[in-house]
Amino acid sequence: MTQTQAQSPPPSSSGPSPLLQVRDLHVEFHTRDGVADAVNGVSFGVEAGETLAVLGESGSGKSVTAQAVMGILDIPPGRITGGEILFEGRDLLKTPAEERRRIRGARMAMIFQDALSSLNPVLSVGYQLGEMFRVHRGTSRKESRIKAVELMERVRIPAARARANDYPHQFSGGMRQRIMIAMALALEPQLIIADEPTTALDVTVQAQVMGLLADLQREYRMGLILITHDLGVVADVADRIAVMYAGRIVETAPVGELYRAPAHPYTKGLLDSIPRLDQKGQQLNAIKGLPPSLLRIPSGCSFHPRCPVARAVCRADEPPLYEVGTGRASACHFWKELLDGQ
Amino acid sequence: MGRYVIRRLLQMIPVFIGTTFLIFVMVYAVGDPVNAMFGDRAPDPATAAQLRAEFNLDKPVWQQYLLYMAHIFTGDFGNAFNGQPVTELMRTAFPITLRLAIIAIVFEVVVGIALGVITGLRRGRPVDSSVLMMTLVVISVPTFVTGTLAQYLLGVKWGWIQPAVSPAAPVGELLLPGLVLALLSLAYVTRLTRTSISENARADYVRTAVAKGLPRSRVTGRHLLRNSLIPVVTFLGTDVGNLMAGALVTERIFNIQGVGFQLWQGIVRQNSPTVVGFVTILVIVFLLANLIVDLLYAVLDPRIRYA
Repeated sequence: MTQTQAQSPPPSSSGPSPLLQVRDLHVEFHTRDGVADAVNGVSFGVEAGETLAVLGESGSGKSVTAQAVMGILDIPPGRITGGEILFEGRDLLKTPAEERRRIRGARMAMIFQDALSSLNPVLSVGYQLGEMFRVHRGTSRKESRIKAVELMERVRIPAARARANDYPHQFSGGMRQRIMIAMALALEPQLIIADEPTTALDVTVQAQVMGLLADLQREYRMGLILITHDLGVVADVADRIAVMYAGRIVETAPVGELYRAPAHPYTKGLLDSIPRLDQKGQQLNAIKGLPPSLLRIPSGCSFHPRCPVARAVCRADEPPLYEVGTGRASACHFWKELLDGQ
Repeated sequence: MGRYVIRRLLQMIPVFIGTTFLIFVMVYAVGDPVNAMFGDRAPDPATAAQLRAEFNLDKPVWQQYLLYMAHIFTGDFGNAFNGQPVTELMRTAFPITLRLAIIAIVFEVVVGIALGVITGLRRGRPVDSSVLMMTLVVISVPTFVTGTLAQYLLGVKWGWIQPAVSPAAPVGELLLPGLVLALLSLAYVTRLTRTSISENARADYVRTAVAKGLPRSRVTGRHLLRNSLIPVVTFLGTDVGNLMAGALVTERIFNIQGVGFQLWQGIVRQNSPTVVGFVTILVIVFLLANLIVDLLYAVLDPRIRYA
């Protein structure tokens, strides 16, 4: 049994220094009820042109991780208590604020979940798109307007020239999310973080927007971190998956392998809870219980109170990320049994 | 938009008639202006009757009102009982009060919004708490106290300014009265801006602006402030009317011969044409200010459309 420490980079990113390398990231929130451990030693890497899906329930720490990488965490109440965020080989946590600001939006960009509330209601979309060029490139007002229209055309918004003067509320949900995507793509960043980009959309529009994002990512060879709780979205577009639980990565694997044979009981539970067409009428196998409060994360393996295969050791010892195959890791003491049992 | 403005203007007509009629009735019902003209002595009945006829005071109130309104629309606000045309009083009084109101509005906008932004972004910190305390003090102390105190300290004791404003009322002499007049609304503007800023600071679009890599000043100035000022502008608009009329106390303290001063004189001397004339103009100012605020609303927030 090969064993790697949780702090060390995950096995998949052993190549020449990847685009983004997060090492042993710790984030806590100071709340009225105490300190919430939102992220507890998360490590992962993303290479250029790669799509990493970060999967997890609400409160698993996926959005907080993304915000820490972007540098838009609310501090306070949030606090980064440890770890490294290496972007193109440079530790962002040691980078001065002003330099980080120049990286934000230009070399790494973020797409948010709810485009209606994430776009400024009182500024036209043309202005908000053009602002990227004006602030980062010093482009003139007129020229940035032209670039904004180009961007809108690139994300396939019909009648872009006329619509650049419209305000966010005048667009449909799908079109608004395209504008968010256009804004993130504006300066052709190396890395895009998409935080549940399709959750607020209709199912048919979801597929279009996801397809567009995947196309553009291929075209520009960007690294993409796709944060989601929707296993359906992940399967089509992601190269690799990291499953998060209670502020930790509990399993990482290439997409196909993870779907075929999950090496962590939590991942297995998630996969079993997807409704399947061929099992119509059967009850869904939901994971029992609720995710733990981040104020009181269970001892040992944080999943043990809900785990169907938990034993005494799970309550006492926190499992490290075991290397369970090429480019695969699982934080379960009994990963071997799980894999053998499939 | 055009239709909305027309509808609003039409709606003003009944409001205008209602308010002016009420004022008219109240002013003429309170006492006998002819008796008041003669002070303690009883007027000679013949002279009194002649004066009553001259000012149409012998007719029923509704007739007097109609006659008055008919005159107003020809630009004739009648004569004060001392024979001076009311329009002449207005010509000297309104520019002075307007100057005073503009000074007050500038104080409210510049100081009030600045304090609101600073405290809104630092909620719960010492700056916030102390400014909040100060606004509470300002709100609880009436204008005649702050005004008299400022006049005494700055004007009389230390002699930094003229304690009374000269009849021409140049801008320099109106600065302190303007600040005194602004204080109460300034406190409200501060609190309103503070609440609005700290609410909007947590909004998703502000997070987006930060994620775009915009400088802090641009995030606050262009994205946060623009959204937060919508309720503040509403308040300021309605306050324009208040400042024009509510300068009564301030103008008395500093002896500024503006609208408030003339109104007060008119009331004390039961000079009905003056009172009704000035109030009529103030009603129009109020109505127009409210209309402008509503239109400004649509300019500031594109989600609001008037049809």
